[in-house]
This record gives sequence, structure tokens and C-alpha cells, in this order.
Amino acid sequence: MPEGITNQGIGASVRRKEDKRFLTGRGRYTDDISRAGQLYAHFVRSDVAHAKIKSVDTANATAMEGVHAVYTGDDIAADNVGSLINGWSVNNRDGSAMTEPPHPVLAQGKVRYVGDHVAMVVAETLDIAKSAAELVQVDYEELAAVVDLDQAAGGAQIHDDLPGNTYFDWELGDEAATSTALENAHTIVSATLRNNRLVPNAMEPRAAVAEYDHIDDSFVLYSTTQNPHLLRLVICAFVLGIPESKMQIVAPDVGGGFGSKIYLYAEEACCTWAARKLRRPVKWTADRTQAFLSDAHGRDHINRVQMGLDKSGKIIGLRVDTLANLGGYLSAFSVATPTYLHGTLLSGCYDIPAIYTNVKGMATTTAPVDAYRGAGRPEATYILERTMDIAARQIGMDPAEFRRLNFIPKTAFPYQTAVALQYDTGDYEPSLDKALAMIDYKGFANRRAEAAKRGKYRGIGISSYIEACGIAPSAVVGALGGRVGLYESAVVRVDPTGTVSVFTGTHSHGQGHDTTFAQIVAEKLGVSIDAVEIVHGDTNRIQFGMGTYGSRSLAVGGTAISKALDKVIEKGKIIAAHMMEASDADLEFKDGKFIVAGTDREKSFGEIALSAYVPHNFPHDRLEPGLEETAFYDPLNFTYPAGTHICEVEIDPATGVTQIVDWAACDDFGNLINPMIVEGQVHGGIALGVGLGLVVVAVFVVFGLLLSASFLVYCMPRADNLPSIKLDYTVTACTHNDLGVKGCGEAGAIASPPAVINAIVDALSVVGVTDMSMPATPQKVWRAIQAATKTAAE
Amino acid sequence: MYVTKYVKAKDAKDAAAQLKAAGEGKLLAGGMTLIPTLKQRLAAADHLVDLAGAGLSGISDEGSSIRIGAMTRHVEVETSDLVKKALPALAALAGGIGDRQVRNCGTIGGSVANNDPAACYPSAVLGLGATIHTSKRDIAAGDYFTGMFETALDEDEVITAISFPKPRKAGYAKFPNPASRYAMVGVFVAETDDGIHVAVTGAGQNGVFRHSALEAALDRDFSARAVDGVAIDDSDLMSDIHAGADYRAHLIAEMTRRAVSAC
Repeated sequence: MPEGITNQGIGASVRRKEDKRFLTGRGRYTDDISRAGQLYAHFVRSDVAHAKIKSVDTANATAMEGVHAVYTGDDIAADNVGSLINGWSVNNRDGSAMTEPPHPVLAQGKVRYVGDHVAMVVAETLDIAKSAAELVQVDYEELAAVVDLDQAAGGAQIHDDLPGNTYFDWELGDEAATSTALENAHTIVSATLRNNRLVPNAMEPRAAVAEYDHIDDSFVLYSTTQNPHLLRLVICAFVLGIPESKMQIVAPDVGGGFGSKIYLYAEEACCTWAARKLRRPVKWTADRTQAFLSDAHGRDHINRVQMGLDKSGKIIGLRVDTLANLGGYLSAFSVATPTYLHGTLLSGCYDIPAIYTNVKGMATTTAPVDAYRGAGRPEATYILERTMDIAARQIGMDPAEFRRLNFIPKTAFPYQTAVALQYDTGDYEPSLDKALAMIDYKGFANRRAEAAKRGKYRGIGISSYIEACGIAPSAVVGALGGRVGLYESAVVRVDPTGTVSVFTGTHSHGQGHDTTFAQIVAEKLGVSIDAVEIVHGDTNRIQFGMGTYGSRSLAVGGTAISKALDKVIEKGKIIAAHMMEASDADLEFKDGKFIVAGTDREKSFGEIALSAYVPHNFPHDRLEPGLEETAFYDPLNFTYPAGTHICEVEIDPATGVTQIVDWAACDDFGNLINPMIVEGQVHGGIALGVGLGLVVVAVFVVFGLLLSASFLVYCMPRADNLPSIKLDYTVTACTHNDLGVKGCGEAGAIASPPAVINAIVDALSVVGVTDMSMPATPQKVWRAIQAATKTAAE
Repeated sequence: MYVTKYVKAKDAKDAAAQLKAAGEGKLLAGGMTLIPTLKQRLAAADHLVDLAGAGLSGISDEGSSIRIGAMTRHVEVETSDLVKKALPALAALAGGIGDRQVRNCGTIGGSVANNDPAACYPSAVLGLGATIHTSKRDIAAGDYFTGMFETALDEDEVITAISFPKPRKAGYAKFPNPASRYAMVGVFVAETDDGIHVAVTGAGQNGVFRHSALEAALDRDFSARAVDGVAIDDSDLMSDIHAGADYRAHLIAEMTRRAVSAC
């Protein structure tokens, strides 16, 4: 295709506009922002997991030169600073409301995890703040830590109003029908699984700079948030009692979020509160240790699964009982994640007539746990796809064919699952077949034999996943207990010279919105992406929007942009009709030109833009000047990306090291806007899932200290954990948004962990190993081989 | 970081003198361990004595040994033609330390002085029977390592160079800790004029050590196969979330096989 604007539209792999500044170190992050007279905050954090605070002595710290203030929970209470909120409430099985203990921004009488905020020091420099923090004396009366999730219900009570340390006891599905199905099953498959806990570790740690203007009593908060307007709403309405109109949130370049930057955290609230008290800007930037201790962690479930099959191998019932570790406090979406973002996905790609799940949300004396890339859906997929493999093995059926037998047939859409969701469209066999061909599934036996000659165990593992993303629709979210709406907004502003600014309520923290969204504009208006500016992350510039998470930005935010662009085109047609003295109905817009149908009369987009702002002869009774349109888009349904990932591994029995030697992924994301960006998202997601499968786990010791609180101990996936990944797509366009898109940000992370573990179990099956938990570290694999070999010898 | 005073040393003697004069002084070599430790306030020093300008860098052939100045960076050892020819196992070991940034800053003297129980260099020093030259004396490798992060160095003693006798053959194999990439087990095997040496790092509760049973087995038959019959006692080995003592014991045998094969 020749160079020009036509190769920048939908479907073009144009290079990311934002990468120039990122790759040359010129991104502007929150910590790059400093304000005149700025002070620095440092937090005194609990070094015990569970304790009553008998006293906090701040005298020596306060007396240190350069210290402006040392605040404790008492100061917060005296100013009636509100609690951090739970954004989603569910009911218990018995119909009663769940328990929502308060989550104070500075501890009130008690600490509930190592890293809990006890006091805040504000000083001239960060070094002074840190030195003063060391002088704050906290006298604790230590209580028993609660670390083991399986024992949490019987552990020391963490909140006064939370007997049994159970925030909620929730259910979904038909228990009676599921019990009947399991009773009538020809085969029962049972498994106990563990979704391992992870620490988010975005490249950029959280940071905040809060500024107060005492003249007009207003605030600016620079923050590493994924959703500036939600942050503004929560901090203003629930925590600090500030009119929303007096608060500007700016989220400049943000270096990754993965969910962990959705929520309002204590530090941002404290900095804002202190900025008003001290009438000085206050800055706080987490170092890596604070990020480990205080960012909301992810996953951490124990899942007990029972699947019933009939004689032919068809699944007739599924029951999953889950314990979800939510930590010492409820983070904003910690309740939604293991319930409605998790239980609703338990049907996967399969036609399962009866499903029941019970989820108990447990308190422990560990850091709060909340949504992390995939948020509930990876946990559900891990449960289902591990169980699918165990079941196939149990009945002696090929795992690919077992999946095929149970797929929802193409003809069954729209398909109502037994767990609330209705899938609008999908076609799962082509993805499976493509992925099988890409990895040469038929040739696997030969590859295994060849590896065996080299002393290696080779295994192959399949994961056929579905996810519900593009979160929305508001009506469904509201009906299920969500305390927010989940639409998205866009303003398209055409300037007199024809450049286009798009104001989006989503927020880009690495996803490439500057490019993807510009491509939608290029496609629709026929302008170059260089003439398009995507504006996000500033509540004073942008209409209310919901931010970025849950693979929603394109499906919901992109569709809002598309709808606003349609309105711009309609307005343009009216202007063009006026200018060319034609009837509105005769106007067409094509290739960047407004044309009077059936004639050679036309006006370029640029001419129309200019005349919109130079309306010398507009009939003002029917045509307003200007070319700027707004759309708020609330979808009818979630979107349902799906696909199959296949992982092939080789294990060295001499060390237990697993090498992933091949990976094939065939995903259905609906239409692709920028395939290169999609590819990058899938790569990143797979890397994350491979990390969970092989290396990642956050470990707390019995007294509640996070042992893996640095990169010396906590392992991130690395390039040498990954093979070159083979990607392909099938396309069933989403039926209910204009772009036919579904979202791709989380798919890799959702699909990949069970593929890794299924492959490892397959590899180890040659020595009789039947189970493996995440992460399959070299030591764990080696020990499993030793144990199986020993059993075989006996 | 706590407030500290930065001073430059003219040479090793000057460094020793400045260190002695300071209250809580620390020598700054490549800074790859010390600087992060100071930044995290896990250590405090009222004086940082920088050895960068003390003339302690360089690699020379001393006939029967290779002498490496204390301030020689890992990357210099990794890429030195002298080392690659006479001690390829040492060049390979240096090339496996940390990442590119660490290898461009970290020094052999800094590593050996710190004696991290998971560092790679101590196994080569012990395995090759090297001599540690200091501002005061020469110390034999066997007398130098005295425990985890402990050495025979006095408070005001500065390493100036390390001499590695040229072995008949040598090999190093490392199983990296998946997170830190330090050695979870590293084994340096050498056939020297004093016989077979097998030095193990990353595994011992007291830091690097020689494994006499493995040395005896390899002395009888210098082959990977010879390791099979050797029982590795795990009672003095470290245990952590990545590797229990049993797994480390297994890895000592396996890494010994690989080090022998690499010879």
C-alpha cells in the first residue's frame, strides 16, 4: 500500500505515536512534576501484621529540623476524613448484606497488615521525612497474624464486626440442579486448585503530588491513576468532602497499572488532606519496597472443583467452592473481582447446563487484594481449563477433542450460560483448529520421543478461554451491586484548521490509545493520524469518564469516539449542504470529502471545518457554528473475546527447569484496529501468565511479613522464560458495538496460566506425576519427579 | 540515604588511612551492592572512600598466574584475551554475573571483599587457590573466607589485587536464583597443581566452601559420571523459598557434573 492516510485507518499496524517519547526517556510521569514550595511525605508503616496501637509518639519526629508535620490516625479522625470505599457490594447466600468494615487512611487503633499506614511525616526533603519517620515510636500490642487462607475463618478476628473473618459468603447458579447433575454423573472429576498471589509491580510505582490553592479553595492532584474521574469522585465525595468542581485530577504518563492503579489509596488522600492543612504542595512517590507492601495484590484463591460428565464425556454439572483472600481491608473492587467477574465466567467456552459456585471473601492480615489484569477471569479460566485437562486424562480422551465435544456450538448463539452471562457471538472450533495446526499438534508425539532421547520430558497443554470484557453495561453492573455506571464518553473537537482533538474518558498507561484511537479518527474522517490529538488524564479538560481497566477502552471508549465522530460527520453534512446549496439528505461523506450525491460538487473536510468556525452566512435558525460533538456510550452487553492457547514445554529432570519451547495462540478479538498493538498486548499477557505459571508467588511468613518484598526474592517473568510466540486470529465481530471490537488487553493473561500447567503435567505424566500447582518452580518440579519416581520404585 | 561524606583515595594505602580515620567508613568499589544498600538505609557510612582513582585496575600475566587488580570490572575480566586464554572458566563466570549494567560497574575486589554467600567470584578464588593481595599482606584463599559476608580482612585493610594460578583445566556451572540471578548453587571445579578443587557458592550456610567428597571422587575419575556415587550432605546448606537444602544438595551434584563437562 502506498504511503498516505489510507494506510493509517482501522486494521493498519502503524507504529505507536507515543513511543517516541517513551523510548527516548521523555515521558512525563507524576514524579517528574514538582510544584513551588513542595514538601515531601513519607509514611510510617506497620512492621507487624496484626496489632492494637497502644500509642504513637511523634514528639521527636516533630521536633526534627525541616519537619512540618507528623500526622496520625487521631488527626485524621479529628478532621472527619472518610474511609476508603468498597465500590461493589454483594449479598450473602442468606440474603443479608455483606460486611464492609472501614478502611481508614491512617490506622485507627489497629493495624491489619505489614505496610498499613500508621503515621505520615511531611518535611522539607524526602531524606528528612524518612529520618523523622524513624523517630516515630509506635507501641503495639501484637495480636495473632492470619496468613493461611484455608485457616482464616478460625483465625484471630481482624475486624470487630467481622466474625469468622468473612467479608461475604456469596453464591451464583442453581445449587440444587448442580447437585442433581453431579449425583447423576457417570464420572466425577475433583480438583483442589490454587490461584497464586501476585504483586502488581507496574514499572512506575504509585506517586502523588497534591496542591491546594487557598485563594479559590481548590485542589490539583497529580496521580498515577488509571481513572482520574473515579478518583476525583471518591476522594471528593467519600473521603475529603471536597466539591468535585474544586478538584482537578491529572494523571499524566503512567507507567503501567494492570488494575493496581484503579483505586484511591491512602497516600493520595493523605497528601491532598495535608496540602490543605499545610498550604504547601505535598509529594509522595513509592519506592519499590512500598509498592510491594502497599499496592493491592492480585489473585490468591483456593478453589475446590467438582465436574460431572455423562457417559459420552459431555459435562453435565460444575461446582466450584472458592476461598478468596481479600487481605486486611476491602479495596475498591476486591468484592467484584472474585464474585461477578469470576463466578460468571465458570461456563467458559462450554455448554454446561448446571453450574453452582460459592465464594467466601476472607479477611487475612495481609495487604489488600484486588483486581489485577484479568481480574477474576484468569482465576476462573485456570479452574476450568485445569479441570478440563484433568477430566480428559481421567476418561482417556484427547484434551483437544474433549474440549471440542463440549464447546458451545456456533449455532447456539446468543448463548445463555448457567451463570448469568449471555454470550452474543462466538465460534470456538476454528480457533482451536488453527492453534492445533500452528503448533503441529499431530507431530507432538514425535517431538516428545525426540526430546526423550535427549533426556528431556516434553509436554503440551491447551487452554481454550473466554472472557467477559469491555466492562459495562451500567444496567447490569448496577443490578449486580456495582456502585458506578460503566459507560464511556468522548468529545471530538475539530479545529478551524482541520486538526482534531479527541477527549476520551479512558486513560492510557501503556496501551497505545494515542495511536489506536487516532486510527479510528483517520478511518472515519480521512485525516492523517498526525492531525489527531488524543487527550486523556485530566479532569479539567475532559468530560466525566470511567477510565481504563477490564479491556474496556476500545470496546466502550473507542465506540464512544466512533459515535461522536458520526455526529461530527452529520453536522459536517449539514454545513456542506448549506455551502453547496443542496439538500441535507443528498450529502455523502466519503474519503474525507463531502459530496452532493450524483454530482461532481464536493467540499473537503478541511473546508467544512474552517467554515464551521467562519460562519459568515450560516442560517442561525437551523445551523449552529462550530464542529464539536459529544457522545456517552453505554453498551448493551459485555464483549466476549475467546480463543485457544497451546503451550509446549521441555523439562530437564536433572534440575526441574521448565523451558517453554513453543506457544501458539489463536484469539478472536473481533475486528482489530492496530494488529501490531494487539500482538504486543497478547505477548505481554502471555508473559504475565507464564510468570504466574513458572515463577511468580508472593509469600508471607507465618507472622505476616511479606518475605518476597523485593526483586531479590520476588521473581518476575523474563525474556528467557518465553519462546517466540505464534499468533493468529479468528474474527467474529462483536454484534453490539459500532466497531465490532471486543478488547485484547487481558486475554493473554487469562488464557496462559492453565496452558503452562497443563503442559507441565503432560510432560511429567511420563513419570506418573498427576498434579502441579503454580508456580511450577524448578524445585517443585524436581521434587514432584523425585516423589513420583520413588513411588514407582516402591 | 543517610548523610555521608564522599572522599577519593589516591592509592590503596591512602584508602586504608582514610578508612582508619573515619568513624564508620566504607570502601566504595563498583557500588553495585553498597549503593543500593545505602539508598535503602540498610547501611550507614559517615565516609565513603572511593577507590575508583586508586590505580587498582588491570589484568596482567605473571607467568604461572593471572593477576587481576581489585578495581577491575567484571566486563574486563569477561572480555580479557589474557583471561579467556589462560582462565576461560573465570572469563565465563564473570560474563554470567548480574546483567550488563552490573558487569560494567561491579568489580572483582568489591565482590570478594563483600563475600556474599551467593556471589560467583568466591568459588573461583577458592577453587583456583588464588591469593588475595591487600594493602597489608597476601592472604591465601583457604584462609580468606571466614563465613557469610565475613572475611579475614582487617577493618582498615584494602584488597589491591587477586592472583589466580593457572589451572590445568577448570569449569564453572551456575544455577541462578530465579529472582536475583545470583548463584542458588554455583560450582567451580579446577584441576590445579594441588589436586582437584571443587568450590561451592550459593549453597553453604557459611558461604563458599570446598567439597572434599566431590574432590576425592573427581580425583579418582575426572568425569561427570564420577559424581553419581557421591552423597551430598545437606545439613549445612541454606534453605529459602526458592530452594530447600535437599534441592541445593542435588544441584551441587548436578552443577559439578556440568562444571566438569565445561572443563
